[in-house]
Amino acid sequence: MGEQKSDDAEHGGQDPMTPGGARVPGFVNCDETIERLYYYLDGELTEERRVEIAFHLDMCGPCVGAFGFEAELRKVIANRCKDHVPDALLDRVAHALQDERVRQGN
Amino acid sequence: MADQAEFSDLAMDYMSTLYSAALRMTRNPSDAEDLVQETYLKAYRAFGGFEAGTNLKAWLYRILTNTYINTYRAKKRRPEIADVEDVEDLFLYRHLSADQPVGLGRSAEDEALERITDTEVKEAIESLPDTFRMAVLLADVEGFSYKEIAEITEVPIGTVMSRIHRGRKALQKALFEYGSARGLVGASGDGK
Repeated sequence: MGEQKSDDAEHGGQDPMTPGGARVPGFVNCDETIERLYYYLDGELTEERRVEIAFHLDMCGPCVGAFGFEAELRKVIANRCKDHVPDALLDRVAHALQDERVRQGN
Repeated sequence: MADQAEFSDLAMDYMSTLYSAALRMTRNPSDAEDLVQETYLKAYRAFGGFEAGTNLKAWLYRILTNTYINTYRAKKRRPEIADVEDVEDLFLYRHLSADQPVGLGRSAEDEALERITDTEVKEAIESLPDTFRMAVLLADVEGFSYKEIAEITEVPIGTVMSRIHRGRKALQKALFEYGSARGLVGASGDGK
């Protein structure tokens, strides 16, 4: 995942399937996975890339933890950002549209 | 080609989400109300040009965004800081989970997330510079795709991606700072 936490040592950019660190086509390591985290959660990866990331997540607990947290954070942000529309605004807009209709002669 | 008579039926459903977005953009209830009213009026007048069956929500957001940029942003007296600092990946996750034992049931970072308040999220978003604020708002609160955001804000998709990603990280740092100020962070296990 990265360099900050001590438990990342065994995930320091290595491919979980290749303990020696050898690159296997189609496999991505923790750093590459985290780099694509937003694209993955946003549904903006190609199918090929998406499968690579999903495959890595199947076998990497720390990355799953990080992805889960980011997905949850996004829900929290969306859910905490709602505001009550003042009745006065609903009335204002309805009247403004009504006036506009009259002005246009409909 | 859409009929103006249909406008109210279709467009009024988006009032609540447009108003919230307007509040985050203008950071001021009175300006937000004016912005929403202006958006609806412009949309009504232009509705004949709206292609039925295409994305009405994105179309309304485009009008909202343009109106905000042309009217409200222009009248601001002092220029804003236009950029965000670079924040590392997983900033909030790492700061919230630091020094926590692994694998002991519900994690401290998930509990900390639940304790974040509406006000903290709103203030953190509103603390971001304009372009980053809009990108994060459109992506994470409204759920628009990169392509839709590129169309709404009329900037290239690469710029949109960069703004969303950097804006999200800056938002995490702001959330962490507001949480720290409230003693939220590191206060796990206090029974909530």
